[in-house]
Amino acid sequence: MNDIAKGVAQVADEAQVSTTESEKPSNVQQDSFPSLGNLIAVLLTGVFFGIVLTKSEVVRWQRVHDMFLFKELHMYLIIGLGIAVAMIAMLILKKTHANSLGGKPIVYKPKPFHTGVIIGGMIFGAGWAITGACPGPMYAQIGGGEWFALFTLGGAIIGMYVYAFLKPKLPH
Amino acid sequence: MTEFIMQPWPWWFSGILIGLTVPLLFYFAGQAFGISTSLQEAGAMCAPGNLDYLKTHNWKSGIWTLVFAAGIAVGGFVAVQFLSAEPVAFLPESFHSVGGAVRLLVGGLLIGFGTRYAGGCTSGHSITGIANLNWPSLVATIFFFVGGIAVTWGLGSIIFGVAA
Repeated sequence: MNDIAKGVAQVADEAQVSTTESEKPSNVQQDSFPSLGNLIAVLLTGVFFGIVLTKSEVVRWQRVHDMFLFKELHMYLIIGLGIAVAMIAMLILKKTHANSLGGKPIVYKPKPFHTGVIIGGMIFGAGWAITGACPGPMYAQIGGGEWFALFTLGGAIIGMYVYAFLKPKLPH
Repeated sequence: MTEFIMQPWPWWFSGILIGLTVPLLFYFAGQAFGISTSLQEAGAMCAPGNLDYLKTHNWKSGIWTLVFAAGIAVGGFVAVQFLSAEPVAFLPESFHSVGGAVRLLVGGLLIGFGTRYAGGCTSGHSITGIANLNWPSLVATIFFFVGGIAVTWGLGSIIFGVAA
């Protein structure tokens, strides 16, 4: 009896799945968890990046402040060289048609232009100048024991929600 | 060598390693380097409410952004505990106050709103975007600096007091 009920429920479930799937536009990405190996690779790359951010002092408010005051070139040189190195690396990856370790082709999905790139960009820049952190350094500061950076993170979460709430009304 | 590692790293060493993060993440994890999406991810995973921006976000496949953020935090810990001869002064002493907390909260709000509206931050736009010759990312980066310079020079005396 129980098995029959289960069977019926399963058929109903499958029917449900197939209808919802056929209604979905084909360009919707599949939503499933990445593999554990993939997440370990991400974690290790994150640790590497967190160490570099901290040791390069990009995470220090004073460095960011002196960058915006044009008092020192440190940050400009790091960002500039970082872009150059990443650009060369991307050229090599594209030329060799390299796949990722997981066997998928390496593809950069361009970020589109819209009004938010300008307005949102300026607003973020203001936040960067005030807190001395962008989203990466924010996490490195917290991990490094700078507990006041939790206010920065809390503010950023609130800001994200404000955007999520206002998005339909904002020009894009 | 140990001396070199334990001191703050020079710009050329830091710049090369930051640039290498882009191909590393692409090659090892198949992901485009960027961090501010982690904020949207946190919202979509924990409390999407009735907000389309969070409900339509694929939080399962996007979970890597939070793992990456956690890795960065661990990296910050490792750098401070094991790779620094002297303590790292993240924020000036003046920030360790109620006024400082308010400034960080307001600045953080601008970061959260601004990066999500612009579609990326220093990592996704300035580094990954420009490195991939994506011109909107160059525009975004120019306006990151417009906003930052305007606040530092224009409102600096009010926000930072004598520090500016």
